[in-house]
Amino acid sequence: MAPGRIILGKMPSVDNSRPNPEELLRKVQADERRESRGRLKVFLGYASRVGKSFRMFDEGRRRKERGQDVVVGALQAGVHPEIQGILKRLDVVPTIPTKHAGRDYQVMDMSALFRRHPEVCLIDGLAYDNPPGSRNPYRWQDVSELLDRGIAVITAVNLQHIREQQDQVERITGKRAANCIPEEFLHEADEIEVVDAPPDALMDRTGGNTIPDSRRLAELRELALLLAADVVDRQLQEYLDSHGVAARWGAQERVLVCLTPRSNATDMLHSGQRNKLRFHGALLAAYVEQADLRPQDRELLEKNLALARELGAEVHCLKGGDFVDAILAFAREQRITQLFLGHTGRPGRAWLARSPIDRLIDGAEGFDVRLFPHGSAL
Amino acid sequence: MSVAKGKLKVYLGYAAGVGKTFRMLEEAQELRQKGVDIVIAYFEPHGRKETIAKTEGLEVVPRRTLSYNGSQFQEMDTDAVLRRKPAVALVDEFAHTNVPGTERVKRWEDVHAILGAGIDVLTTMNVQHLESLNDQVFHATGIRVRETIPDWVVDEADELVFVDLTPRALRNRLERGVVYAQEKARRAMENFFTETNLTALREMALRHTAHEVEEKLDAADAAAAATLAELPHEPAAGPQPAPRTERILICLTGRPSSAILIRRGKRVADYIHAECLAVHVGDATHDREAVERHMSFARNLRIETHVIPSGDVPSALASFARTHGVTQIFMGRSAPLPWWKRYRETIVQQLVRQARDMQITIVAERRR
Repeated sequence: MAPGRIILGKMPSVDNSRPNPEELLRKVQADERRESRGRLKVFLGYASRVGKSFRMFDEGRRRKERGQDVVVGALQAGVHPEIQGILKRLDVVPTIPTKHAGRDYQVMDMSALFRRHPEVCLIDGLAYDNPPGSRNPYRWQDVSELLDRGIAVITAVNLQHIREQQDQVERITGKRAANCIPEEFLHEADEIEVVDAPPDALMDRTGGNTIPDSRRLAELRELALLLAADVVDRQLQEYLDSHGVAARWGAQERVLVCLTPRSNATDMLHSGQRNKLRFHGALLAAYVEQADLRPQDRELLEKNLALARELGAEVHCLKGGDFVDAILAFAREQRITQLFLGHTGRPGRAWLARSPIDRLIDGAEGFDVRLFPHGSAL
Repeated sequence: MSVAKGKLKVYLGYAAGVGKTFRMLEEAQELRQKGVDIVIAYFEPHGRKETIAKTEGLEVVPRRTLSYNGSQFQEMDTDAVLRRKPAVALVDEFAHTNVPGTERVKRWEDVHAILGAGIDVLTTMNVQHLESLNDQVFHATGIRVRETIPDWVVDEADELVFVDLTPRALRNRLERGVVYAQEKARRAMENFFTETNLTALREMALRHTAHEVEEKLDAADAAAAATLAELPHEPAAGPQPAPRTERILICLTGRPSSAILIRRGKRVADYIHAECLAVHVGDATHDREAVERHMSFARNLRIETHVIPSGDVPSALASFARTHGVTQIFMGRSAPLPWWKRYRETIVQQLVRQARDMQITIVAERRR
């Protein structure tokens, strides 16, 4: 789920943990498609010249040496001498140079590739546009077609060409690449591999050596690593789901702020937002619906919910009688690692009765419970 | 005369066989071609042909052989490396623990000695050896990693490079017998090297590398801000909010769960840039050995430790927290009381009641 999206009225899965028939059918169809589909592997880099292309062609070479039928479907201009050496040993199906409205295009020769039908097709440069009137407007769609025909594809792409990342990249570099691919395409890949290198090494290679360059590159590098972590996290969850393994604690920190009308929502939500940013995690806020809420409490709650949305929390309303049970079930389902909760309003405690806080602490499996004071922070 | 410390570069992976050593050797070969005086101080070949081929032409400082319990062990000969004094030394397996009888317990301590002599070091490690991730790794994989390395040691590296290989590719390599001999490979794939374990570890390595990149950027910003602050400037209009330092207090006991608490508290402190203290309340006789062990573990992670000799744990904790500007108290869950004592409050309940003006984090044990 995209951070900041607001989901209201979502039920904790105690009631609907079983997938519905449509979901099952979709899963089966997806599995079948995957069976016959070629595998897609993407090398992801954070800047030009980190060595993506080399890593991709080197994998092609190794596969060829192991007896696989490997063909090159697209090359980029200015092939590095190290890659030239590898290319001598691989078949190349050249792209077709095309001119349209004064612009030069390199279009993959799809019919030649279909005829040749290799096991593996190497495509350097995924984010290319095709000229109007082509089979597909974008090269990534050509790749999809190759995959549909059972051809495995290995390709390489740079961070700045991923559509959903382009705003952030532009903020860092001041530039926006003209061509892009949807991030979803990366999520659909069977494998993505990160090509990492420290910025300094990169600058040796590119000749740039100013501090702003190094800073910009470091920021891009962080972005690429986090994107890859998200892709990997989704793969892991999908794998666990499809194998009937209960969701479990991942590597990502996930904060859940429990909202009540009287809780000190401001402090909790700001701390939550900060932890989300520092840990590059997720921020959720939940409240358990109460039927008999007084109007002034309802108003306070609405204010807290508005603040939660403003701070980029995913807001969930939990239906379910018991506050503690609803929160615990939801925290488990959402793989929460930190739960934020206000201290109770009343001092002291009833004789022998366990407070909701006691029960939450007892029931917390795999997550921390952080209690916040009422009123302003100390 | 003191020499400038050497630079440390760490190749970080998420499992054996992803290609850390190979990447390190590739860089070594590049450096050698540029005429840099580089030697292999320690290299673990694991019988991997492609990797061994990459060492060709590189000078090797012979290892030293030690006897322990009647067996022969080979360790890095740190003194010989220091005598040889190259510009760059390659040291495989940063998280390694030396066999008893060597001067230093951990290889990273040997590496510090080499860096101290002004020699640059290239080294390798896997993410699961990071102390702060120990519980998370256990939770995700069921494996308790015994050989750990304090986070600050890795944080101090000048460069951290993530060496990636997809879990599928790694499992293929195992199947082909590239990583381990066939029988060992088969067992490895059934146990540690499962698709889910590898994927979880890989995500941790990606996130950790991203975190380190960000920490370096933050440090650069702080340094720039400090330089700016030294310059004479116009006083800013209006009152400036004083930057309040967050302070996390970890409550130690002799219970085994204290180790989890220390790692978790320190990890949170590191991420939110908070100071971290640890305190034990109690007389020195009870659980003394275990408490002492936890205190020294905390100090190894660079946490300041205190002992308060008092019988009233909640009050002592609350007043220590108030006098030391603590903003968040970290404690473990109290053990459940036997039924005939259920009318009493646990220490957590008492503290929660007494310190309602404070943030208290109760850390759950990470079970599987």
